[in-house]
Amino acid sequence: MGLDIRLPIGIIFTLYGGVLIIYGAVADPAIFVNSLGVNIDIWWGAAMLLFGLFMGILAFRASHRGAS
Amino acid sequence: MHLHFVDYAIIAIYFVFVLGIGFALRGRMKTSDDFFLSGRSIPGWVTGLAFMSANLGALEVMGHAANAAKYGMFVNHFYWLAAIPAMCFVGVFMMPFYYGSKVRSVPEYLRKRYDEKTRTLNALSFALMTLLVSGIDLYAMAILFQRLLNWPFGGCVVASAAVVAIYIYLGGLTSSIYNEVLQFFLIVFGFLPLAILGLKAVGGFAGLEAKLPNAGYAHTWANIWHASQNPMGINWFGTIFGLGFVLSFGYWCTDFLVVQRGLAAKDMPSAQRTPLIAAVPKMFFPLMVVLPGLVAIALDPSRTKYLSGPQGYNNALPAMLGKFYPSGLLGIGLTALMASFMSGMAGNVTAFNTVWTFDIYQTHVNPGKPDRHYLNMGRFATVFAVAVGIGTAFIVLKFNNLMDYLQLLFAFFNAPLFGTFLLGMFWKRTSAHSGFWGLLSGILAAATHYTLYHFHVIFYPTDMAANFYQAIWAFSVCVVVTVVVTLFTEPRKEEELVGLVYSLTPKPRNQDLPWYERPGILAIGILALCAVLNIIFW
Repeated sequence: MGLDIRLPIGIIFTLYGGVLIIYGAVADPAIFVNSLGVNIDIWWGAAMLLFGLFMGILAFRASHRGAS
Repeated sequence: MHLHFVDYAIIAIYFVFVLGIGFALRGRMKTSDDFFLSGRSIPGWVTGLAFMSANLGALEVMGHAANAAKYGMFVNHFYWLAAIPAMCFVGVFMMPFYYGSKVRSVPEYLRKRYDEKTRTLNALSFALMTLLVSGIDLYAMAILFQRLLNWPFGGCVVASAAVVAIYIYLGGLTSSIYNEVLQFFLIVFGFLPLAILGLKAVGGFAGLEAKLPNAGYAHTWANIWHASQNPMGINWFGTIFGLGFVLSFGYWCTDFLVVQRGLAAKDMPSAQRTPLIAAVPKMFFPLMVVLPGLVAIALDPSRTKYLSGPQGYNNALPAMLGKFYPSGLLGIGLTALMASFMSGMAGNVTAFNTVWTFDIYQTHVNPGKPDRHYLNMGRFATVFAVAVGIGTAFIVLKFNNLMDYLQLLFAFFNAPLFGTFLLGMFWKRTSAHSGFWGLLSGILAAATHYTLYHFHVIFYPTDMAANFYQAIWAFSVCVVVTVVVTLFTEPRKEEELVGLVYSLTPKPRNQDLPWYERPGILAIGILALCAVLNIIFW
């Protein structure tokens, strides 16, 4: 249908990953008592960022193959 | 639970994207087929994840976490006994008739296989059931945000309903499906850390097993032989036949909410793969809903902290989110919850607007109009369904047990319908008249059973057990009446049934597909993996 859903998924996950990593880096470490002392924001942010980039790359490659 | 700016920002970004997808698709909705069927153009992995996601409503996510806290791993049966085999069956055996006969809805198949009255009965009962169900997701979402965050109930209902209405109004089924795929990934990423952190907190599987109230909680099958030995109060017959066969096959094989996703696929192999692709994440979903429920009861076995109060079990999942998630990830977790409510509601709305427009409005109210007229009717029906959903959300507010309400509706409408489908698709002798009478008497049998149970003429240990047996009765009566009526009425001509009945339809040719794309091989692999999971968590 023209719109490749991988593109918005890639963008939103990259965005979320970035937000979580930055917030995890600057936030008061006391909030991570909840998550058993793990800075889960940075770790899970990195996982979301990687997934977002992966989806974005798939969408990018597909659009270029379609164009040529 | 306290939210920071970052959590609000994450939730806001989600709303922007959900609406953005609707706006991006607005210009592409030119015909009624675009709006109701996505022009049959969507790749299999997208429809597959949407198939999975449309079912991932509030009850699925919060309800099964609550059930796990209450009944333990017995809840795995909803996945590994019920859903997975049924999804394999619909993909391999039934999708060829749905997709191949070019019908636009489940009731339309019934018109081709049986007759107009069978279709109308099914269309009306399905439309009614969908409207009754559509408010549940709204209700659950609003009540959750009211409790956790003190947001007003009415405001939450209207705001979330408006978002769903806008993106479906703009982009129809395509918009709903694309959003469901986005929602699927958000749900996975939003709930997976909960399983990891929860397991870590209780000391891994061994620690979890030691902390559960009794050993039965950690087993799926071990306590199934007698009703008195498991907390759901159902023996092996009720579980395997009622849940594993009638209710699950009735839901996954005939409920238009899920079947509609397969109809939007771009070709027959993609349509067949739709439920099979959905089955893979579905199989591992207990990790994300059952496990947090078990962790909740392990951390709070006396039900005084996280699970306190009469509705306590329903708090299992949100309470665990609040316990383990710091700000930032909490925003992702709440977004995942909202995503599940919206995907569940959107599934109901798209299924309703299609059945209403094609099977009721176009057939009985106003036939023969130009296509544009029906496209606009679909948009109007979308707004109507959402408005009624808001109304039912306020009705549901008066009830206190949602899972029973839902399974009760399924036992009324889906269970007998599955009998009608099974005979229609696999027994060519089944006559045109028999479908209607079988379906009607199945629904009446369900109503009779419900009345007898309600007025304590017959007894079951739990409401869930009553629902399972109601489904068995409704299905059996439907099958018997259909067979008897068939034997006294004229069979249909065989040439009219090509493409509608298994023995008269050429099998889809899959020889040119690589082995990993063939539905039969995929289904066998999925069932084998599912069997392994059953054994591991026996």
